[in-house]
Amino acid sequence: MTREHIQSTIFELLKKTAPETDPHSLRPDENIREALNIDSFDALQFLVALNEKLGIDIPEEDYSKTTTLGSLTDYLEQRSR
Amino acid sequence: MTDFLMPSLGADMEAGTLVQWKKKPGDQLTPGDIIAEVETQKGLIEIEIFEAGILESYLIEEGDKVPVGSPMARLRPEGSSKKTPETHPIQEKSQASKPLAAISEKTPSESSSSQKKTSEEIPRIKISPLARSIAEKNGIDLSSITGSGEGGAIIKADVEKAMVAKAGEPAGKETREAPSTAKTIPQESIRTAVAAAMSRSNREIPHYYLEKRIDMLAAMTWLQEVNRQRKISERLLPVVLFIKAVAKALESSPELNGIWDNGLQIQNQVNIGFVISLRAGGLLVPAIRDADLKSPEEIMAVLNELIPRARALKLRSSELSDSTITITSLGENGADKVFGVIYPPQVAIVGFGSIINEAVVHEGMLAIRPVVHVSLAGDHRATDGLSGSRFLEALNNNLQNPNAL
Repeated sequence: MTREHIQSTIFELLKKTAPETDPHSLRPDENIREALNIDSFDALQFLVALNEKLGIDIPEEDYSKTTTLGSLTDYLEQRSR
Repeated sequence: MTDFLMPSLGADMEAGTLVQWKKKPGDQLTPGDIIAEVETQKGLIEIEIFEAGILESYLIEEGDKVPVGSPMARLRPEGSSKKTPETHPIQEKSQASKPLAAISEKTPSESSSSQKKTSEEIPRIKISPLARSIAEKNGIDLSSITGSGEGGAIIKADVEKAMVAKAGEPAGKETREAPSTAKTIPQESIRTAVAAAMSRSNREIPHYYLEKRIDMLAAMTWLQEVNRQRKISERLLPVVLFIKAVAKALESSPELNGIWDNGLQIQNQVNIGFVISLRAGGLLVPAIRDADLKSPEEIMAVLNELIPRARALKLRSSELSDSTITITSLGENGADKVFGVIYPPQVAIVGFGSIINEAVVHEGMLAIRPVVHVSLAGDHRATDGLSGSRFLEALNNNLQNPNAL
């Protein structure tokens, strides 16, 4: 799984979660939930959708590694190996 | 025969537009069936029927906009023969919706003293609070409007007509409007609906507030343990424990689970109204029915189904009128505390702030533990602070024993 594929999936699912926002404008170190105004319920649904699309399980103790675009992409890339 | 009436889905609803009939004349109806889709300020709502029978005839057509309480269809109840129509309304299952409708029709002269003050400023004009709010917002001169409501009172439709006229557009369409889809409902109308309900609450309900800090270590540890064993799509959010703990705490404080209609009416069912924020602003408060009888897993399943539907403005009529108490929860990374405004005709709202780490004294030692600040706003006409305090203590006990939830 390439980094590009992971990131385009992230953008696609973020757009679905927060349709009125532009996920592409996120900086790598920006907190995704704060920047796109995503609540706890939608945050969980976003991770569920990532899991379904990429087939990567994200244990609850790793949620803290998924807060920014950079850390989430790194994490998923590492887990997909 | 009975008439099926346009239901009231909140303090703020004055009329609804029939978008589509879901049943045909001659169809057998069973309780819970969706009979029609109606467009309201709160989106496209599926209207349920609560009595068994046969749909005899339509009384309005698709596209018609009619006030709350207007007959929509004629029904023949199960077991009855064709006889003269009664005026008994079918849509009476929801007790909670009745007072909402009744109070929203009040004119200022019939309402509270604070409203009387407003009516003195504009003498002899009878107008519903919602209509007044829209008129003020849009700079509409009330003296130029002829009211079409009860006793000549100005209602929302009159103000909207005046707004159209003011904008220089033809004001030809009276009651028949082209049905639109939920997607075209402006968020502005939901904002207006929230504004009307909350203004009425603050005007009419003497709120009292209590707050308790609750240690969440036991609940969060339990949740982590439970979630570790589950796949991501089956994990629970902390709010599920809040909902269940509130529902259970009401067993010992049933007086907070009720509606105010010239007196407190305690409700047997515990239907938790759960505040859902819409991304574009405004909120909806659908009910999680019988929350006291549901397991945390079942409550999570309801949320998984309900929240996306609410955000798509696709709720059912009973979901908007069945709540007996409301919970508002800010989730993570929000404000530490929230003090709610009661949704009339309910008599209490419970507010959960974000779960945060704080220094607390635990068993005589200072420790850093996750806590949540919980507030209760109660209607002082219905209950006193002692009831509220007992409720918060029971809620605390429930959250210390998550296994038993």
